Amino acid sequence: MSRLAIIGLAIVAIFIVVAIFAPWIATQDVGATDLAMRYMPPSAAHWFGTDSTGRDIFSRVVFGARISLEVGIVVVTVSAVVGTTIGAIAGYYSGWVDRILSGYLFNVFLAFPGLLLAIALVAFLGAGLNKLIFALCIIGWVGYARLIRAQVLKVREYDFVQAARALGAGDFRILFTHILPNAIQPLIVQASLGMAGAVLSEASLSFLGLGVPPPAPSWGVMIEEARDLSTLQAAPHALIFPGLAIALTVLAFNFLGDGLREYLDPRQRRR
Amino acid sequence: MKRKLFGFLRRVGFLILVVWTVVSLVTILIELVPGDPAAAVLGDQATAEQLAQFRARHGLDRPPFFFGFPRDDGGRRHFRWYGYDNRYTDYWVGILHGDLGSSFRTDRPVIDLIIERYPATIELAVAAMLIAVAIAIPLGVIAGKNRGTWIDNFLSVIALVGISLPSFVIGPMLVYLFAVKLGWLSPSGRFDWNDIILPAFTLGAALSAILTRMVRSSVIEELNEGYVRTARAKGLSERTVVYKHVLKNGLIPVVTVLGLQLGVLLAGAIITEKIFGWPGLGLLLVEDGIGKRDYSVVQGCVLAISTTYIIANTLTDMIYRWLDPRIRVS
Repeated sequence: MSRLAIIGLAIVAIFIVVAIFAPWIATQDVGATDLAMRYMPPSAAHWFGTDSTGRDIFSRVVFGARISLEVGIVVVTVSAVVGTTIGAIAGYYSGWVDRILSGYLFNVFLAFPGLLLAIALVAFLGAGLNKLIFALCIIGWVGYARLIRAQVLKVREYDFVQAARALGAGDFRILFTHILPNAIQPLIVQASLGMAGAVLSEASLSFLGLGVPPPAPSWGVMIEEARDLSTLQAAPHALIFPGLAIALTVLAFNFLGDGLREYLDPRQRRR
Repeated sequence: MKRKLFGFLRRVGFLILVVWTVVSLVTILIELVPGDPAAAVLGDQATAEQLAQFRARHGLDRPPFFFGFPRDDGGRRHFRWYGYDNRYTDYWVGILHGDLGSSFRTDRPVIDLIIERYPATIELAVAAMLIAVAIAIPLGVIAGKNRGTWIDNFLSVIALVGISLPSFVIGPMLVYLFAVKLGWLSPSGRFDWNDIILPAFTLGAALSAILTRMVRSSVIEELNEGYVRTARAKGLSERTVVYKHVLKNGLIPVVTVLGLQLGVLLAGAIITEKIFGWPGLGLLLVEDGIGKRDYSVVQGCVLAISTTYIIANTLTDMIYRWLDPRIRVS
């Protein structure tokens, strides 16, 4: 694997460890405000400084990783399962089923700006973590569906599939035990890129006030709270650290996804 | 010719189908509001009479669709056919007459609010695109010409950072640097000519990074072509070779991406407009619409942004097919 992919993998590993062991890594209580200690610059007591209400930014960034990981995993898993099922059905049955699914449904979802659809859904459903996850799954599944459809179309022509059919295996058995295990490899690339997308979308929606509601330490919420002029002037670090956390996480998942793609398909290596 | 016409009609047909889906989706969105939308807008203090008046004024007392499953007195749901007298038909009749309903808050026609804000968003998207191109072409050419050297690697890292940094991180950082620290530009609003610089740069940053990578690989590809050798053999300066010959051919894929990105910029403008208080459609959607629970404004904004996005993408696709016949064949 390329060097960038290994760097990506390392950062992803750190991100996961931090998210899982957040209560042990955080140095302070994430919700504890202390107005006497507001806008403190980074120091030994507060590694990343404090924000406008004196909360410890390091601890909040650490717990923010938890929210991002939770959203990322749920969104990617649900989108992948739903997308794989729909994509597999479209690819396996082809004909009018495929024409409705990939000809109409996939294209409609691809033609629509994803973030806008998520914003619209959450605007009407009301803000909250579960609704945000639901909205991100609604926009997320189609990428997997398109990918798996193309894979299934290819794999179903292979000899072993014909052999299984000749032996009298049913559609369900052929699709789930013969075709899908051989079609699913590129899914891992899509999942890694999907994690980057989900982390970014969660932060974007939380920034807009449509995600996890405020005292929760979501990275998007932290940036929204740090961007008013008085906070920017007194404590730019309140913006920089959560911003770096988002950028590094997104970058790492993108590196990892690109690296996996090259690893799985050497023809796509960058010139 | 027949096939061409058929392809064109199919595209237009699909465009109509997508727009129909979007409008349908937007009309049913209000059904997702938990509880009573009227109560959500007017608050707990509203009397039953005020609520009823509000519902009647905005058609919320009418059935949402051609049919429904209302509860009877026993609480059980039954199928009921309402006919054409429903909100879905109303919305369509309205759209065809250029009417998107009125604001739940101010009673102003939503279409007026959108027309008022639309130019600011287009202005921002176009400015972002110009900035992105102005950055990407020279950087991409430099990276491509110096392929594999430290300059190329350095520019690749910059481009990657540009792609990964979301606008809501870049934007406030630019505000900190240019408004708070240096005091050169104002942090928000749309009053002076230079107020557009920071928002346009924020919105265009990711695009400029994508374009830099594209220009780079285009330049690398074209530099290997025979006509470059000919041009060099004629004794043309390297500058002329690169900027007059290579770039002209290398920019074809870039132009397509640019067209497709116009739609992405329009959707992305929502966040940028919020950061800089830029009075476009995005700000209308986020502050006046979502922030004040003005659902009719949200519906109108979603409709306006998504149709612009879809039409921009379809047009780009059509123009590209027309420009480059190889795409039609494949």
